[in-house]
Amino acid sequence: MDNMTLTLKLWRQKNANSKGAFETHTLAGVSEHMSFLEMLDVLNEQIINEGKEPFAFEHDCREGICGTCSLMINGYAHGPQQGTTTCQLHMRHFNDGDTVTIEPWRSQAFPVVKDLVVNRDAFDRIIQAGGYVSINTGQAQDGNAIAIEKEQAAGAFDAATCIGCGACVAACPNASAMLFTAAKVSHLAQLPQGEVEAAKRAQKMVAQHDQEGFGRCSNITACEAECPKGISVAHIARLNREYISASLGSETQVN
Amino acid sequence: MTGPEFKPAIDEYTLYIRITIKNMSLNGNVPPGPLGDKWTKYRSSMPLVAPNNKRRIEVIIVGTGLAGGAAAATLGELGYKVKVFTFHDSPRRAHSIAAQGGINAAKNYQNDGDSIYRLFYDTIKGGDYRSRESNVHRLAEVSVNIIDQAVAQGVPFAREYGGLLANRSFGGVQVSRTFYARGQTGQQLLLGAYQSLSRQVSLGNVTMYNRHEMVDLVIKDGKARGIITRNLLNGEIERHAAHAVVLGTGGYGNVFYLSTNAMNSNSSAAWRTVKRGAYMANPCYCQIHPTCIPVSGEYQSKLTLMSESLRNDGRVWVPKKLEDAKAIREGRMTGLDIAEDDRDYYLERRYPAFGNLVPRDVASRAAKVACDEGLGVSPSGLAVFLDFNAAIMRYGKSVAHSRGLNESDDKLVKKLGTEVIEEKYGNLFEMYEKITGENPYVRPMKIYPAIHYTMGGLWVDYNLQTNIPGLFATGEANFSDHGANRLGASALMQGLADGYFVLPYTIGTFLANEIRTPMIDADAPEFMQAEKDVKDRIDRLFAVKGKQSVESFHRRLGKIMWDYCGMSRNAEGLIKARKLIQELRDEFYRDVFVPGSNDEYNQELEKALRVADFLELGELMTVDALDRNESCGGHFREEYQTEEGEALRRDDEYAYVSAWEWNEGNPTLHKEDLIFENVELKTRSYK
Ligand SMILES: Cc1cc2nc3c(=O)[nH]c(=O)nc-3n(C[C@H](O)[C@H](O)[C@H](O)COP(=O)(O)OP(=O)(O)OC[C@H]3O[C@@H](n4cnc5c(N)ncnc54)[C@H](O)[C@@H]3O)c2cc1C
Ligand code: SF4
Ligand code: FES
Repeated sequence: MDNMTLTLKLWRQKNANSKGAFETHTLAGVSEHMSFLEMLDVLNEQIINEGKEPFAFEHDCREGICGTCSLMINGYAHGPQQGTTTCQLHMRHFNDGDTVTIEPWRSQAFPVVKDLVVNRDAFDRIIQAGGYVSINTGQAQDGNAIAIEKEQAAGAFDAATCIGCGACVAACPNASAMLFTAAKVSHLAQLPQGEVEAAKRAQKMVAQHDQEGFGRCSNITACEAECPKGISVAHIARLNREYISASLGSETQVN
Repeated sequence: MTGPEFKPAIDEYTLYIRITIKNMSLNGNVPPGPLGDKWTKYRSSMPLVAPNNKRRIEVIIVGTGLAGGAAAATLGELGYKVKVFTFHDSPRRAHSIAAQGGINAAKNYQNDGDSIYRLFYDTIKGGDYRSRESNVHRLAEVSVNIIDQAVAQGVPFAREYGGLLANRSFGGVQVSRTFYARGQTGQQLLLGAYQSLSRQVSLGNVTMYNRHEMVDLVIKDGKARGIITRNLLNGEIERHAAHAVVLGTGGYGNVFYLSTNAMNSNSSAAWRTVKRGAYMANPCYCQIHPTCIPVSGEYQSKLTLMSESLRNDGRVWVPKKLEDAKAIREGRMTGLDIAEDDRDYYLERRYPAFGNLVPRDVASRAAKVACDEGLGVSPSGLAVFLDFNAAIMRYGKSVAHSRGLNESDDKLVKKLGTEVIEEKYGNLFEMYEKITGENPYVRPMKIYPAIHYTMGGLWVDYNLQTNIPGLFATGEANFSDHGANRLGASALMQGLADGYFVLPYTIGTFLANEIRTPMIDADAPEFMQAEKDVKDRIDRLFAVKGKQSVESFHRRLGKIMWDYCGMSRNAEGLIKARKLIQELRDEFYRDVFVPGSNDEYNQELEKALRVADFLELGELMTVDALDRNESCGGHFREEYQTEEGEALRRDDEYAYVSAWEWNEGNPTLHKEDLIFENVELKTRSYK
């Protein structure tokens, strides 16, 4: 349809310290070919032309790869369409007359910056805690020195496609970031280059995860269902294995 | 070989074409010696900074894409005190993340005749002989180290059944040297750099400043000594000092408004240094990528690339008959209804040697020619087909054969072939379907050229140093290596080459002389003045209190650029464009509306600062395009073409790099003569 009219309920919040509330807007002339964010662009343009302040929302690549866009849409992280980031969601999945509720990610560890924008620095700190292979530039051997089975490389790749968007946290009733953390642990643990540090890495990253105030994982698997990249909870199992082997092997036990 | 010389008419326009030309050649500081030895020799004789001194030297890096991220990690490892800035909320979000198809390296793992020299030669030729030989050769040399480095970081490149690294082909070359990680190569390489950077942050060697936008450069005693940033969370204007400043801030494709670049990519970091005296080189060299999803409506703010790797297997065509094209445009027919004999696979017809894998500039212009002739296949008339049916059937047959299944069962073959295509390009096909709502496994894709990459950028010498001592530029932000046209999968290569393997050495040539320089004082008058300049600039934008949104100005600028300085250009249009841009800029400062205030998270202000800079850079691009009375690579001047409509280069007069010094209304052109000692300048042919 080329001319839908929608009722939009959007979250307004001036900054981290102020209280937010929903604001309702009507938007006409929505085309089914628009992406969800293009629809918001049109709304913002309309608001600016009235001399008012647009809604702040984050986005960048609009190709589903940078992980910048977020938004809870009708209660679903990245909207109801599975395996899709908000920027890749298109209006053909909505109907004329729909009411659409749009909120930021809600989690203590992701404080609201403004309106629909949250701060996800906690993810950077989890990676800084150990989400890497400890190697300096120039120390590498030839790229083909170690053969890696095609399937195994593909398994590592599946975990490595995590875009760091935070939908898993937003979807989880415990606000756990275990899927994000596990994706990195699992990606590196499946490759010979990353295997060496796997157990230590799991331990350090989980410790940071907990310190950031993310909740515990209690196997609800809502994260997997709403992850736009289809990251599987099987990676959490792998993380647990690495974590346990670290706890058994190390002198400084982490609980 | 000479085309008609352009003589500006003495009319109202002359006012707008003022430039000054300096005739002394700029010095690229290329080391002496034979091409193949230059880098090795130079690197081993370069002055070094001792470890104890490195700890006392501070370096600012702006940008955390492949170039900036790799440089920051490596300089941190080497022991420098590094401060890194990005306007993104995390280093991992840099635009490099979106690169799809792959990265080149002269590994010759396929034993198909590849070599460092061949990669060098392909790049020089692909760039239409408008790049510096020595830089390109160095790039080819270090390309092999990049792959090793990435594998060691845990980048999950595609592999063959035997467990070794897989390759594919990209445009403009006849070997298979492109390494890839499905259609997400940029993502995986960037995460590798990001992880190395994160490690340096955790070790305390690098301090990371997310959501900090560089809004000015500070020069003290003739050297780049710091930057002014705006903290995007609260609007605070901050002064940061260091011994040297490195930009890895990406390209300026978004001057066109619609491009494949991420929405927030912008030219302001580089342009701010130009405003402080750095030279902008070859700004008119823009790459238009032939395979993007066509524009669908006015509301559109971003175009989506379909990776060049698709041209390995996709065949580009339009209907032969005008009436068929019309029927498709009007929805009465689809591509599937057109018989094989009624299709024009125009790339295969015009360029039999390279076929669908001609370089981007050539493929883009050919698509434009087809659509200009009325053969376009989307409602707007601006689209051609990219068809995978032949590839699906070919792969399907081969799988059926190897599994001993019935090769003449079309349905089965199609299914098997579809699986192969899905494995190779699955995420791209999925993205296409999400955006267009059409299934590309069944119907041919519709594609059209769009702005994608900018070869132009800050002028740098062999050390990647700009004309301002202490200011370096890496990755897409500089002009080096790609000449007038970049080959596919070479930007990732260049960004990582600069960041991991070139800059960390060459910056030593500057820093070795700075070991006695104490920490730079960020309260020095030069810093205070720059900070004040920024605040005044911001106040000026808020003070306009006009009626039109920032976005609307950007959109209008983009249209001028695309219409007059896009896929083909001519003198008359360029002169007109320069005038239009000047007028638009005036209007911007008279009537733009920037809501909110400075001291808060304010995306409209961020955009306004960036668009203000685009409005100057856009003008310089038209000036550069007008000066270059020839066609080369991405710069196609209608006045200069061969009888077959191919680009007509004019080496006698234009084998130089145009490095522009910006003065409003009267930019100055500095030339760097390009000297070719190792390759012979030829007319590019892909026939
Ligand atoms: C869709 C797409 C697909 C592509 N695919 C390929 C491919 O397959 N192969 C290939 O070789 N190339 C590809 N390219 C090109 C390639 O991705 C880019 O040229 C390359 O990644 C640029 O890297 P960079 O490090 O120079 O800059 P970027 O990755 O653009 O990074 C710029 C950085 O600078 C920061 N920055 C900019 N300005 C400021 C400022 N004022 N203050 C603070 N920070 C700032 C940004 O935050 C960011 O961190 C593709 C490009 C696109 C658009
Ligand atoms: S695991 Fe999925 S939902 Fe969580 S950050 Fe990664 S991509 Fe986003
Ligand atoms: S904007 Fe990049 S993933 Fe959505």
